[in-house]
Amino acid sequence: MVTLDAYGNYETAWCPGCGNFSIQKAVKKALVASQLPPHRVLFVSGIGQAAKAPHYLNVNLFDGLHGRSLPVATGAKLTNPGLTVIVESGDGCNYGEGGNHFLAAIRRNIDVTLLVHNNQVYGLTKGQASPTSEPGFITKAQPEGVASVPFNPVAVAVTMRAGFVARAFSGLEDHLSGLIQQAIAHRGFSLIDILQPCVSFNKVNTFSWYKKRCRELPSDYDPKNREAALKVAEEWGDRIPIGVISRNDRPPFEDNFPVLQEGRLVGRQVDRNLLAKVIESYR
Amino acid sequence: MNILIGGEAGQGLVTVGEILAKSLVRSGYYIVVTQSYMSRIRGGHNTFAIRVSTEEILAPQEPVDLLVALNDETLTLHQKELSSRGRIVADQGCTLEEKNCIKVPYGHLAADKFSNIAALGVVCSLLGLDEALVGRTLEDFFGKKNPGLIEENRRILSEAFRWTSAQPTFAGKLPPLSNPPSRVMMQGNEAIALGAISAGLKFFSFYPMTPSTSIGLTLARLAGKMGLLVEQAEDEIAAINMAIGASFAGAPSMVATSGGGFALMVEGVSLAAMTETPIVIVIAQRPGPATGLPTRTEQGDLNFVLHSGHGEFPRAIFAPGTVEECFDLTRQAFALAENYQGPVFILTDQFLSDSYRSLKPFEVATLPPIQPPIDAVSSDLPYHRFAITDSGVSPRLLPGLSEYLVVAGSDEHTEDGHLTEDLSLRKQMVEKRLKKMDGIRQEVIPPERQGDQNPDLLLVSWGSSKGSCLEAASMMRSSGQRVASLHFSQVWPMVPEQFMGFLQDARQVVGVEGNATGQLASLIRQATGFEFHQRVYRYDGLPITPEYILRLLK
Repeated sequence: MVTLDAYGNYETAWCPGCGNFSIQKAVKKALVASQLPPHRVLFVSGIGQAAKAPHYLNVNLFDGLHGRSLPVATGAKLTNPGLTVIVESGDGCNYGEGGNHFLAAIRRNIDVTLLVHNNQVYGLTKGQASPTSEPGFITKAQPEGVASVPFNPVAVAVTMRAGFVARAFSGLEDHLSGLIQQAIAHRGFSLIDILQPCVSFNKVNTFSWYKKRCRELPSDYDPKNREAALKVAEEWGDRIPIGVISRNDRPPFEDNFPVLQEGRLVGRQVDRNLLAKVIESYR
Repeated sequence: MNILIGGEAGQGLVTVGEILAKSLVRSGYYIVVTQSYMSRIRGGHNTFAIRVSTEEILAPQEPVDLLVALNDETLTLHQKELSSRGRIVADQGCTLEEKNCIKVPYGHLAADKFSNIAALGVVCSLLGLDEALVGRTLEDFFGKKNPGLIEENRRILSEAFRWTSAQPTFAGKLPPLSNPPSRVMMQGNEAIALGAISAGLKFFSFYPMTPSTSIGLTLARLAGKMGLLVEQAEDEIAAINMAIGASFAGAPSMVATSGGGFALMVEGVSLAAMTETPIVIVIAQRPGPATGLPTRTEQGDLNFVLHSGHGEFPRAIFAPGTVEECFDLTRQAFALAENYQGPVFILTDQFLSDSYRSLKPFEVATLPPIQPPIDAVSSDLPYHRFAITDSGVSPRLLPGLSEYLVVAGSDEHTEDGHLTEDLSLRKQMVEKRLKKMDGIRQEVIPPERQGDQNPDLLLVSWGSSKGSCLEAASMMRSSGQRVASLHFSQVWPMVPEQFMGFLQDARQVVGVEGNATGQLASLIRQATGFEFHQRVYRYDGLPITPEYILRLLK
């Protein structure tokens, strides 16, 4: 029986009121609800305030470079498919610096859960625009306001037929926790874009801003209906739909490698006789 | 004898070259192949040179004894390279009047698209190779690729042999071998791939880049059979990060690229060092800066690789000089990466990557296995991935294989892997990581010295120019000079005690390098204060040859 205590209790380096606190609680609850013992879970994170989150959990962790969590997670998952691999990092890490890896992970459909703390701003470097900042958002780096159109990760993921695509709000902790549990259970790539306030650097998209707009999808919404999903993925404004927006049964990337059918790559010996035959074939 | 086949891309020149080379190896001859090609799929001008001998040879040769021209341009470009006994094989339509030109009626022997096979038949017949052996080699080659073509190819080969035997006797037949050795034919990149498999490689990720790509292709072909996983990544940054993730999870891992791709990987090098994750990184050099000459050779990235990655951390750099060393040093690279838990480099280059040689098959049955020293269980709870030890090497566990949690971070970290800004611990961690250099230094392969004691001339080389230096030294000794050579197959770390005596005992020390600035010479000067007296540098994109060395020393 896995309990909340198994995942530990740590002091954090976050600002009081940060959305990270409730995301952290939701993650823990989902892990416990999934009955995953900590040593079966590998978190991979990058750089940013969100990327610190797994340091405050009792889990296996590889906290790597900014933007490069998904390749690390892909390599680890292919090496040991028995691990539950979760990437947790921010919007800058995943949608900015690591944009190409985000697209590649969706294409591969690697069985990794991607939790993106999306606060539409760079927190660790003190308030520059992120790839999801809205046009006109004023920062010290963008004094005339953001000129670029924001990246819509959910729309991109749905368009590219990602296995599992959800949007959540940090203020609805139990709802988020349920989504994380579903994402972990999904075989294939799963994205949860988690909207969260940044109390220090985003004075526009605040807790109440999100709270007023985020609405759970109706119970009769069918995430397997692609046309509906494409429409919902585009919704942003006075009403922001949250929940599982799209899912499908594409086989996970790992299934493509016959070598993995014999189990993980770890600890396998070299078949010297076979290698000797390979070398002989160069005669 | 030196055979040069020239033509444009798309004419089947490499096919002819490979089948001819393989036929020579199967007949018991020694070969050194030099491939020179342009960065295009069709047209242009490419060459495939095979130096062939009854004795072991180590280097390419410049003068051409048999020029096989698949187009007129080859004649224009290479006729001047013919040796005094040189012969030309060309189409009968060519305008050459020389007596040394064998004019082949390709149009009668084969349809246009098979004229490369006709040329192969003519050349093999001129060299005195056994038609049945060449035929079998041809079948082995096309049997895999296109079984439907075999019959037509065999017929053309026979036609070409028949036509050639009816021509006036040719002076260039190879001396027959009474007791031909049984050998394999392999290029540097194939030997790196096989060396890696023998060392336990389980994960390889790459983004295609000339001249490193054939490492990935060889591994991809063998992946299912040998139980490894090969993935073409979305870019080089992903490639190295994937390999680091795989290695962290327990798969001995490698990446391969060339200079530009390695530039993208560099942050990952620093990550491997900080997280103490084993990884072998192959850089097949080509001339830079930037895209440079994508398909040519150079030894220009020693400084880059030596200094790659921000921060200070231990590393080792190998530079194989032969195809055999490509195999052996790749194994050694894995042993060091796994034992010292960090990045280890192999620096090769286009010349050696693509150079086919005849060699004794590697005896894999007797090789000692390379076992990553991974603890099954750690006695201390909780487990500390970065425990500070006397050697700097911390006991390694893998995530998910026991109840112990494994935490690694790119931030400066505590012994248990969590980020810290405790500055006294930071100091200890820097020292812990650098301490591993002591162990790496103990295992440095000393440079190989050959030739006269107290020589008038000492040729100092590294990497792929080994063979040319050895042969140039031997040629100079034959003309009565006192010459020796000193070759570095491992270029970092440097242990001056291993070679200072050799440098001091020589009257003149010559740096022989495939770059413009003498990067090894600078490194030796930096480590020892020793100034080289002469330089033989090459940076026109071509490999260093014995003739090139002799020319520049005059």
